[in-house]
Amino acid sequence: MALDQSFVGRTYPPTAPYEVGREKIREFAEAVGDPNPAYTDAEAAKALGHPDVIAPPTFVFSITFKAAGQVVQDPQLGLDYSRVVHGDQKFAYTRPVRAGDRLTVTSTIEGVKSLAGNDILDIRGEVHDEAGEHVVTAWTKLVARAAEEA
Amino acid sequence: MTAKISYTDVEVGTELPAQTFPVDRATLVRYAGASGDFNPIHWNERFAKDVGLPDVIAHGMFTMAEAARVVTDWAGDPGAIVEYGVRFTKPVVVPDDDQGALIEVSGKVAAKLDDNKVRVDLTATSAGQKVLGMSRAVVRLA
Repeated sequence: MALDQSFVGRTYPPTAPYEVGREKIREFAEAVGDPNPAYTDAEAAKALGHPDVIAPPTFVFSITFKAAGQVVQDPQLGLDYSRVVHGDQKFAYTRPVRAGDRLTVTSTIEGVKSLAGNDILDIRGEVHDEAGEHVVTAWTKLVARAAEEA
Repeated sequence: MTAKISYTDVEVGTELPAQTFPVDRATLVRYAGASGDFNPIHWNERFAKDVGLPDVIAHGMFTMAEAARVVTDWAGDPGAIVEYGVRFTKPVVVPDDDQGALIEVSGKVAAKLDDNKVRVDLTATSAGQKVLGMSRAVVRLA
């Protein structure tokens, strides 16, 4: 079923703050096998000009994708999540995410398209810190594959 | 931000050191836990095959994270990345054996931009297939 085009431009309320923990950053860096000391050693991060350890560039996706759940699970939109695959992902950073950040995400539906029976959803997540300053924007394209012919 | 590579030292066509990243089932379980993405297509072969996949596949975001390392290891400071985007074109299929899969990533400077920034275009393949498309990072160099 084609998604409702009138959802384009819809913005969802900001999420409750996500507090970025240094051990969560370490766990993520270890999971991707990245030994860069900027992720685990505050002194190494400071030597690069950061106030504390920073997170790998894609770390924030866990936070923005959880926020996108508001969109994906919106019963009014009617997306079939069991058929969803990740199409594209992009980030634009004002600064890296770092330990101690309290981040909120505001999700907006940027596009709703149907192409050859596939539903394509573009979601933008704006990530701000506790001071209201922009940290990063994440763009996520989700594709709900057309159901197979019975 | 303190990149260790100087803008004046790179040209369009400058190649970044290529890297190969191994991924096996244990890697995926660990990434699932760290990222919170517990979709069973990344750890349950029966489920993956039921939804039409050849086998368990790696998280796209895992591949995106590995590809970024070619840029962050080169630049020195991961905070030097200004933009980073990919298209997930083919899945990285991870068999349940002692080898798992390999993700091979290379990159080169595709454009010199203003404000000491460069655009790096990345190529990521696994089992001879291109797994990322339009994979680009904008990095601010020293």
